[in-house]
Order: sequence, then C-alpha cells, then structure tokens
Amino acid sequence: MRQIEIQKLKREILVYLIKAFYSADFAEQVRLIPYDMRPKGSAVPFRCCIHKERAVLRSRTLAGLGLAIEDDNERTELSIYAAQSLQRTKNAEHPLTVLGSACQGCAESFIHITDLCQNCVAKSCINSCKFGAITATRGRAVINNAQCKKCCLCIKACPYQAIVKTIVPCENACPTGAIAKDTNGLARIDTAKCIACGHCLVVCPFGAIHNKSQLIDVLKKIKTRQKVIALIAPALLGQMPCTAGQLHSALQKIGFAQVYEVAQGAETTARVEAKDLRQRLQKGLAFMTTSCCAAYNELARKHLPEIKPFVSDTKTPLAYTAAIARRANPEAVNVFISPCLAKYPEVNQDSNVDHILTFEEIGALLVALNIEPAELPEENFAHVSAREARGFPLSGGVAKSVLAAWDGAPQEVTPAFINGLNKASLAELRAYAKQGRCARGNLLEIMCCLGGCANGPAVLNTEKAATAQIEKYASEAESLQSLR
Amino acid sequence: MRPIEVEICLGTTCFVMGASALQNLQLPESLRAKVKISYVRCLHLCKNMDKFRKAPYARIDGEVIDEAAPEKIIQNITQKIKDIAHATN
Ligand code: FES
Repeated sequence: MRQIEIQKLKREILVYLIKAFYSADFAEQVRLIPYDMRPKGSAVPFRCCIHKERAVLRSRTLAGLGLAIEDDNERTELSIYAAQSLQRTKNAEHPLTVLGSACQGCAESFIHITDLCQNCVAKSCINSCKFGAITATRGRAVINNAQCKKCCLCIKACPYQAIVKTIVPCENACPTGAIAKDTNGLARIDTAKCIACGHCLVVCPFGAIHNKSQLIDVLKKIKTRQKVIALIAPALLGQMPCTAGQLHSALQKIGFAQVYEVAQGAETTARVEAKDLRQRLQKGLAFMTTSCCAAYNELARKHLPEIKPFVSDTKTPLAYTAAIARRANPEAVNVFISPCLAKYPEVNQDSNVDHILTFEEIGALLVALNIEPAELPEENFAHVSAREARGFPLSGGVAKSVLAAWDGAPQEVTPAFINGLNKASLAELRAYAKQGRCARGNLLEIMCCLGGCANGPAVLNTEKAATAQIEKYASEAESLQSLR
Repeated sequence: MRPIEVEICLGTTCFVMGASALQNLQLPESLRAKVKISYVRCLHLCKNMDKFRKAPYARIDGEVIDEAAPEKIIQNITQKIKDIAHATN
C-alpha cells in the first residue's frame, strides 16, 4: 500500500518547483517554497512547529533540485542552490538521498518484551537466549538491549507471543541490506550495496527517502529550445486516465519535441532474448534469466556475480529505443520517462540517453502546466508497438514476449517468475546460480517490483488500475508473432 | 428514493494528488444501492495555487469535498442518507 500523504507532499513540492522554474525569478521563488507551502499562521500538519515544517520542506526541495540532502550545509539559501542546479552539466551518480531530520523520528530496531508477558514459570525466553540478555525481575522477563544480539530466538520461544521485534521499515524493505540506521539513528544508504530498487522510498512512513530529480536539467533544455525527446517506458501507458494518443499530446504540450514508446525497443529485446535463449539451451545451459530489470542488473553486478553466466546478454528496451532515437536525431536530448529509479545508473552508462524523469515528475509537470490529457486530441506514435511489447511492464509480460518471438515449439520454453525482489527471492536466485539450474523453468523472468514496472516506486496510478489499462492497450495491438 | 450522486474528479490535479486511489471505489454493501458514482473530468476547483493542494476533489449531491479519501466520502454519504431519512420522517 502506497502512502498517499507522503506522495502528495513530494508531488506538491515538485509542482511548486516547476511553477518557480517558469516564473520570472526562479531562484527567489524556490527560496520561498517552504514559506508558500507553510505561510505564517498556517496549520502544522506533521511536525512540532512551523519552523521545523519549513526546514523539512526546504530539505525536500533540495532533492527536487536534484541535490543530495546529505551535502546540505544548512547555511546556504535555497535560492543559491537553485541557481547552482541551473548551472550543472552532469547527472548525479546515485539516485537516492535521505532526509536525516525526517528520519530521526523512527526508532532503531530492537527486541521488546511487551506487557503480554504472563510472568510464566517456564521462562522459555531466558533459556532460549544464548547471550544472557534476558533476566527475570520480580517474575517478569526483562531484556537488556545492550546485550541482545537480535537473534530472535526468544520470540520463537515465548508461548504467549509476548516478545516482538520492532522493525525499521526501510531496513526491512531493502533486499540487499544497503540501508541501515547509523549510530546517530539516521538511515544511511551504502551506495556500494544499493541497487536503487526504491523499495525503501516506497515504505518509509516519514517520506525520508527521495530521488534526486532531473526536472530542472530537462526543463532548462526545453526552455532553451533544444530538441528534447521523451522515451516513454511502456508502464507510462497505464498511468493517467487518458488514451495513449492523448498522453502523447500531453507530453508534446510539456515541451517534448518527439515521443518514442520504449515498447518499440522491447520488440527487439524480445526477439534477441528468444535467440539468446535458443543458443544457450543448445549449448546445454539449464536456464537463462531476463535482463531488462535495471535493479536486477545492479543486483547481479553488486551482489550476485555468480548469476552473471545465466543472465541474457540482450540489451534493455530502453537501450534499443534510445539507439533508434539517437540515430534519427543525433542532436537531440533523449529523456527516459521512468517508473523506476534503478534506471538512473543505466541512463548514466548509456551514451544515447541524457536524462531520466519519473512518472511522478511527469504528473507534477501536468499539474503545474495545467494540462488535461483526457481533453486533448489523439496524436499517433510514428511506430505502432506490438501487443507483447506493450505488456512488458507487467509481471509475466517479458516471458510472454520471448515466447511470442520464439521460433521453435512453444513447450521448449518453460517460463518461471521472480515477481518482486525481497530477501527470500534473493536467496532463491542465489541458489539457482550456485546449482547452475532452476527447477522452476528454463526462462526465468525477473522483476524486482511486485507486479512489474507498472508498480514501480515512482508511479502515479494504483497497480490494479495501471495493469488493467496496460492490458487493454496491449490487447488493441497486433501480436509480435504476426509481425515476425 | 433518488440515489445520492457522487462525482469523483479524475482531472489531472486530482488524479496526481491521490484520486488514482479512488478509482473503483468500493462502498460498504449497505450503501451501494443508494449511491450512484460517476468519474468526471476536472471540476475546476483545483486551478489556483492554494487549491491544488486540497485535491483530490469530489462532489456529493453538489457539495464539494476536498482532500477526498474513501473514508471521508463514505462518511459524507452516510450522513446525507441519515439527513434525508430524518427529513422524510
Ligand atoms: S482536477 Fe479535479 S478539480 Fe481540477
């Protein structure tokens, strides 16, 4: 379940930021964002006082400007930061940034013996603890957290379920152990371990984790009349209550000179991946994994080198689409429109893509610029994408595409799915890599977000509605099979 | 009895500010027969700077509801049904 209050707050800031960008004095209007959002005498919905509210909003604005909140020296005015962000020519390396002052609100993970403790005679908890952290005081079990190693054996031992482990949502959601509270209680992201899946950003109840937005960089190029092209992830077609053609018009209204569906490149991905699978099976390899999920590719690079031999060499739909766009318009700026943050590093590495904007940032642009896609005329795409390519962003969609592009007997391919990366599915993947085979099938589709890219960390729509819309859009197109 | 009319705005601002979660709004069984839900385009309640922040908007029998959320909508409907019952008694 997404946390609407937090999404709203972050989007509100983006809208203010965009309005500031198009105002007569960008830097000054940015400086005023915390004051405009919490004017004198206004209610204080979240924090202790209006000053803290504004301070937190100021920090969040930094992320909107594309800056790392951690690097803020607190003495520099937002206006200075705004002016600086207009000057930069390079994209940030890592997409995520943590707002420390929001983060302090949540307690470190520890083992807690609750009032449900019945003062029982058995004291299984004390017996279960290998570290002597639990003692009985006047019949009641008491835990010494300094001695506790959080092994959780006492939790299992207690017959009353009276012992609980409090969790830190971000730590709990992170599949790779890349985020943890430091000794000051602030969440820190270890960028060496982080795969930018964005799970922490989605679950944090304080909204402490932000992506460093490239809005300003893109708007600057649009405003200075450079030719800016949008490469839209297939999941975008399920994000606004309008048709694909209307969405196309809306993007043009924002200022994109041309729009490519990344589904176009997905057709190539499907075909190349089918060939790759054929060759691998002929060589006697037991299975192959898909290669289009950016978080998974980061995972393989940083945490699972042993799975590398099983990952398809096929490029991502974005890579193929960006190459097409670049060839046709060498002078243009290519912007990937993404449901996902793990694409940041991919975009940085791909010389055919210049920037990335999230669906949320596109949503904020539509709000700020008063664009109503559903009221716009239809604008067709130059390339009509295939059914399966449109379905790429749904769990199962990539495997379906490979099957549609498969030229042999369909039963030769046995698809299996990792639908959502978590600690358990990571362990499963590790086991497949180690054994060199996957009992569940020979084509393993991996999507780090549950439900697929349509449920990525930066989407606008609910998973259910997005899935239905994407399925409908896909059903209107010809199959890859008939286009072969 | 005429049904209570619920209009939920799926204009850009409302949608982006949370109305996406109001699509396929599920009402409690007891209300369903008494309510007619429709999804509408921008109600033009959002178009200035302070007001966009109060989105999403809904209209229930003509009454504007800001920061519309399922609970808020259901509460308002329940109240209206009560009021009507009261008035006809
Ligand atoms: S979008 Fe709902 S009132 Fe304008």
